[in-house]
Amino acid sequence: MTTDLFPSPRDAVAPDPWGARTSSFTEFLARHRPSLLPAGPSAVTAADLAPTGTTIVALTTADGAVMAGDRRATAGSAIAQRDIQKVYAADDYSTIGIAGSAGLAIDLVKLFRVELEHYEKIEGAPLSLDGKANRLGAMIRGHLGLALQGFVVLPLFAGWDIDCGKGRLFSYDATGGCYEETGYDAIGSGAVFAKGALKKFYRPDFTTAKGVTACVQALFDAADDDAATGGPDLARQIFPVVYSITAAGVCRVAEEEIAKVTNQVVASRQRRPDGPEAKL
Amino acid sequence: MTQPMFYVSPEQQVKDRADFARAGIARGRSALVARYAGGILFAAENRSQSLHKVAELYDRIGFAAVGRYNEFDNLRIAGIRYADVRGYSYDRRDVTGRMLANAYAQVLGTIFSAVTEKPYEVELCVAEVGETPDKDQIFHLTFDGSVADEAGFCVMGGSAESVAAALGEDFAPDLPLHQALGRAIAALSADNGGEDLGTDALEVAVLERDRPRARKFRRLTAADIAAALTPPAAPARRRPRAKQ
Repeated sequence: MTTDLFPSPRDAVAPDPWGARTSSFTEFLARHRPSLLPAGPSAVTAADLAPTGTTIVALTTADGAVMAGDRRATAGSAIAQRDIQKVYAADDYSTIGIAGSAGLAIDLVKLFRVELEHYEKIEGAPLSLDGKANRLGAMIRGHLGLALQGFVVLPLFAGWDIDCGKGRLFSYDATGGCYEETGYDAIGSGAVFAKGALKKFYRPDFTTAKGVTACVQALFDAADDDAATGGPDLARQIFPVVYSITAAGVCRVAEEEIAKVTNQVVASRQRRPDGPEAKL
Repeated sequence: MTQPMFYVSPEQQVKDRADFARAGIARGRSALVARYAGGILFAAENRSQSLHKVAELYDRIGFAAVGRYNEFDNLRIAGIRYADVRGYSYDRRDVTGRMLANAYAQVLGTIFSAVTEKPYEVELCVAEVGETPDKDQIFHLTFDGSVADEAGFCVMGGSAESVAAALGEDFAPDLPLHQALGRAIAALSADNGGEDLGTDALEVAVLERDRPRARKFRRLTAADIAAALTPPAAPARRRPRAKQ
C-alpha cells in the first residue's frame, strides 16, 4: 500500500479498475492515511485469543518475603476466569508469580518447577537463589519470540536465600533481564496502582503478618483502579492467593487467614475507601 | 598371528557374565529397603556423605543401589529424566514405580545380553510409597534385568544373605520408624562383624506417606538418624470413656 497522496506514474498508466478510484473520502483515507481515521474496532491480534492474568505483588519482610496475586484472568473486556491461581511455590524455598498470557504463563511455571526439582534430584543439592533467578531469566529470554507476537509472560520471583539468611525479590523484563528489587515490586496491569500503594505504606521491618496485610491492601488498590484486576469476591468467597517465605520455607497462607485479613481490609475501606492514610 | 577361536555355549556365556557381575556386586557393602508403618525405609552402609546409594526419583518413588558407582549413578539419572519427562508431559500421578522398574529391567537386560558390552555390576531397588500401606511397592532388580516384587523388604549387595537373614528374623511391615530403623541398622551391622554401625557410616532416607508435600522423600542426616532412633514420647493415656 502506498501512502502517497498522488498516484504513482505506474498507477496512472494502469489504474486499478475496481478499487483504486473511489469517490469516498473515508475509503481513500483508509487506504492512504489509516492513522487519520477515528479509531474503529482494532484488528484482533493473536494475543487477544488468550486470557491474560493480571496483578502480582511481592515484598520482602524482616523474616523473609510475601507474594500475593489477585484471582482474575481477562480476555479483552470479559472476565475469563474468576479464581485463577497466579502465584505458586516454585520449590521449598521460593515462589513465582506470573502475569501475562495465562496459558503460557502457567506452563512456564510448571516447567520452572520441574527445572528446579530436576536439578535438585540430579545434583543432590538445590540451586542457589541467584541460580534459580538467573535460570528463570534464561527461560523468559527463550520465550522472547512469542513475546514479540504479543504473548508476553512476566514473572516475579521471591525466595529465601539460605546462604545470606534473608528473603530476596527479583523482577524481570520481556527480554529475560533479571533485576533484584529491594523492598517491594508488582507486575501486571494493576502494578502501577499496587506499587503506588506499597510506596506509601511499605516498611522494611514488616513482620510476615503485616506483609500479608500490605499485599492484600495493595491488591485492593490495584483492583480499585484497574478493571483487569479482581478485587476480593466476598459473595463467592474468592480471596487473593498469598504465599509467605521464611527460613522454614514456603507456606501458602491459609484461606481462613486471608479471608480474615480481606474482611478487615474491606471493613476499613468502608470507613476510608482510599485505604490507610500515610503520615506526611 | 590370529587368535584361535573357541566355541562357547550360550549357557556358559551367560554363566560367565553372571559370575562376573556377582563378583563385582559382592565387593560392595549392603543396602536394604523395607516397609515400615509410615512408609518405606532405605538404609545403606556408606561412609561417604556425598556419593549416595539412595536417592529420590519422583514424588513417591525412591531408588537404592549397590555395586559399581558410576554405573548405578548413570541409571539413577536416567530414571530421574524418564520420570520427570513423563510427569511433565502427562501428569505427576502418571509416574509409577512399576513403570520405572520396567524401564530399568529393559536397560539392564539389554546390557546383560549384549556380547560387546560387559554386564553392569549393579543391583537396584525401586520403591514406591502408596496412599495406603497396601499400595506400597518394592521392586528388586538384578544385573541381568530380572525384576522381583518384594512383599516386605529387599536386601542387596555384599552379604545380602546374612543381612536378609538377620532382618527377616523379626521383620514386620507395620513397625514404627524407630523400631524399623533400629532393626535395619542391626541387620546391616551383621555385615560389619556384629559391631553396630555408627550414624556416620550410614545413609538413611525415608518415603513418608504422611509428609505434607508432594515429594515424600526425605534424607536423614546423622542427627536425624539419632533422633529417629529414640522412640517418640508415649502419648498421654486417655481417660477411659465413661459408660453410657
